[in-house]
Amino acid sequence: MSRPIVIENASLYGDTTASLLIEDGVITKVADAIDAPDDAVVVDATGLVALPGLVDLHTHLREPGREDAETIETGSRAAARGGWTAVFAMANTNPVADTAGVVEQVWSRGREIGLVDVFPVGAVTVGLKGEHLSEMGAMANSKAKVRLFSDDGVCVYDPVIMRRALEYVKTFDGAVVQHAQDLRLTDGSQMHEGEVSAELGLAGWPAVAEESIVARDALLAEHVGSRVHVQHLSTAGSVEIIRWAKARGINVTAEATPHHLLLTDESARTYDPLFKVNPPLRTQSDVEALREAVADGTIDIIATDHAPHASEDKDCEWAAASFGMLGLETALGVIQKALVDTGALTWRDVARLMSETPARIGKVDAEHGRPLAEGEPANITLVDPTAAWTVDGAQLASRASNTPYGGMELPGRAVATLLRGVPTHLDSQLEGAFA
Amino acid sequence: MRHLLSTKDLTRDDAILILDTAAQMAATQDREVRKLPTLRGKTVVNLFFEDSTRTRISFEAAAKRLSADVINFSAKGSSVSKGESLKDTALTLQAMGADAVVVRHWASGAAYQLAHGGWLHGSVLNAGDGTHQHPTQSLLDAFTIRKHLVTDPTGNDLTGLTVAIVGDVLHSRVARSNVHLLHTLGAKVVLVAPATLVPVGVEPWPCDVVHTLDEAIETYDIDALMMLRVQRERMTGGGSAFFPSPAEYTRLFGLDGDRLRRLPDHAIVMHPGPMNRGLEISAEAADSPRSVIVEQVANGVAVRMAALYLLLAGEEGAQ
Repeated sequence: MSRPIVIENASLYGDTTASLLIEDGVITKVADAIDAPDDAVVVDATGLVALPGLVDLHTHLREPGREDAETIETGSRAAARGGWTAVFAMANTNPVADTAGVVEQVWSRGREIGLVDVFPVGAVTVGLKGEHLSEMGAMANSKAKVRLFSDDGVCVYDPVIMRRALEYVKTFDGAVVQHAQDLRLTDGSQMHEGEVSAELGLAGWPAVAEESIVARDALLAEHVGSRVHVQHLSTAGSVEIIRWAKARGINVTAEATPHHLLLTDESARTYDPLFKVNPPLRTQSDVEALREAVADGTIDIIATDHAPHASEDKDCEWAAASFGMLGLETALGVIQKALVDTGALTWRDVARLMSETPARIGKVDAEHGRPLAEGEPANITLVDPTAAWTVDGAQLASRASNTPYGGMELPGRAVATLLRGVPTHLDSQLEGAFA
Repeated sequence: MRHLLSTKDLTRDDAILILDTAAQMAATQDREVRKLPTLRGKTVVNLFFEDSTRTRISFEAAAKRLSADVINFSAKGSSVSKGESLKDTALTLQAMGADAVVVRHWASGAAYQLAHGGWLHGSVLNAGDGTHQHPTQSLLDAFTIRKHLVTDPTGNDLTGLTVAIVGDVLHSRVARSNVHLLHTLGAKVVLVAPATLVPVGVEPWPCDVVHTLDEAIETYDIDALMMLRVQRERMTGGGSAFFPSPAEYTRLFGLDGDRLRRLPDHAIVMHPGPMNRGLEISAEAADSPRSVIVEQVANGVAVRMAALYLLLAGEEGAQ
């Protein structure tokens, strides 16, 4: 039996102040004031925002295969420190998560570590090659109960394969999660195609290569009556297409990453591969369109696309470097900086975008993204919106250090993360209470 | 000036200083003893990640005529092919005490990374990085244009002149370097290329863009016509080719005798080399009295001497 926890005077969703009693992994009481049981841990949460534990629909944990960049253990620790209680691990590991065996291994390793619920995403096609559907049914029926399928890292490019996948996942109420990228239009591409790429002499990744696939897949989802989730939306045009598709009643959801909401292609001028990511950082007007879409609900969720890479894959020429950047530990701070402090989002919106809706899309909403209410599982993130910090890649919990935010000051951070009532992350200021 | 990475970094005064210094260097090359003692004791490393015998020997000649010690370092392969990384190479050169590193690399930005990576302390001179920049090529082009077309070259820029650059602008570091440098020096720049070979995002460049050579000749009073090298494989790359055929390229963009005669009498013909005779330039044009192509090579040594001199001489105490 773990000790009860009383969280006193937290600002629930940033708008109502209340105290929470947590017993046996469940929120058992929400009230203005709670008489703490004798053996309780009492946390003074004055000034802290309580959110339902964050759910990242887009994480790369690299295990199995690239344990030099990240493991399920180091990635879980990074997630807990970032305020996440659940992460969806992408399938582009080695071996690829395209069988029940691999997804069960990832799932049970996540359980064993216990810092965050790890939900494996299954590959749509065998080996991510885009040629044959993987045995999605076996993955869905495994212990990992996979509901999301993605070839993330590569696009499911063949329209017939995409159609079949969309149809097939209906069997188990799954969704196809698409990395929208026309492969032919982006052969050899290095960064957003526009004025900056023209000057820098780096091969361009045109916006249309994303938008054409987003449009195609929305239409395919409509045609076969299935559900598609579009990852890391990066362009103003994609936003318009999603807006149109939703107005038409198509069952499409979309995500944006913190980096696409803050950074632009201008950062490529440093030729520092820390800024190399796929899809690439776009222009300021794309950033503004994405922010607006996050605020008005066109974009459903924020997901990190946390992509650890070993230093030798980043400490090299831009063209030789791998795509991707860390995100788990910086996401909350970046979103606060880009959207909360600018007035575009409230903390209640953040709860929706980073916990409730991703849990629903991922079909884990019985456990995650629950209300902060009596009887609900105690998956809780406490945010200190005044705990400014300066990002240092070497200090992050990830095994890799490829953050694009090194040296940047972020306004706030998660100071405690509870997974079913168990603290998986405690900032030093709160450690005393639990001692 | 600490490094020479991009012509975009050069002010008009910087550029004119380099050209004037190059003129002085060129003058010394007519003497019986051409070697100057200026950089005695300095070590210049030619670091070539991409083959280019012409550029390498031009830099080697420049450094040697200034009495620098020259080390040629051919780093074939790349971190893509799991050769030595740029960083490790840089650390090696730093350990050897390179005062200047002349770098040619297949990757855009490699020279910038060498200069700003914190790996080495010497000056970095970009001898061509990917499809980004090749500043000494454009400086030698500007030098050649000024020498031929400006009455009193020393101290003066290229105001009033029109330079047309013809060919594969998209993949050309020579074009990118020249657009900025020639504009900084007051010239009007016209890019002549099919739209497939002009980068998306060209709009802010300080130049005009036209899509056939005939249109360029009819529309502008061209003082210098610079033909870019066209890679045959870009014409015939199956479904992703940038152009239907070499023959069509030659018809629309090749410089032949007929087009040569329609240029103003004083106009000069340039090419950064190596030429594809019969593709972008006919033998008649290449070998005509208007052609300054061989002279460009000679001017290349003088310009590189000037660049090395300005980067390295008298830098003591500046660190």
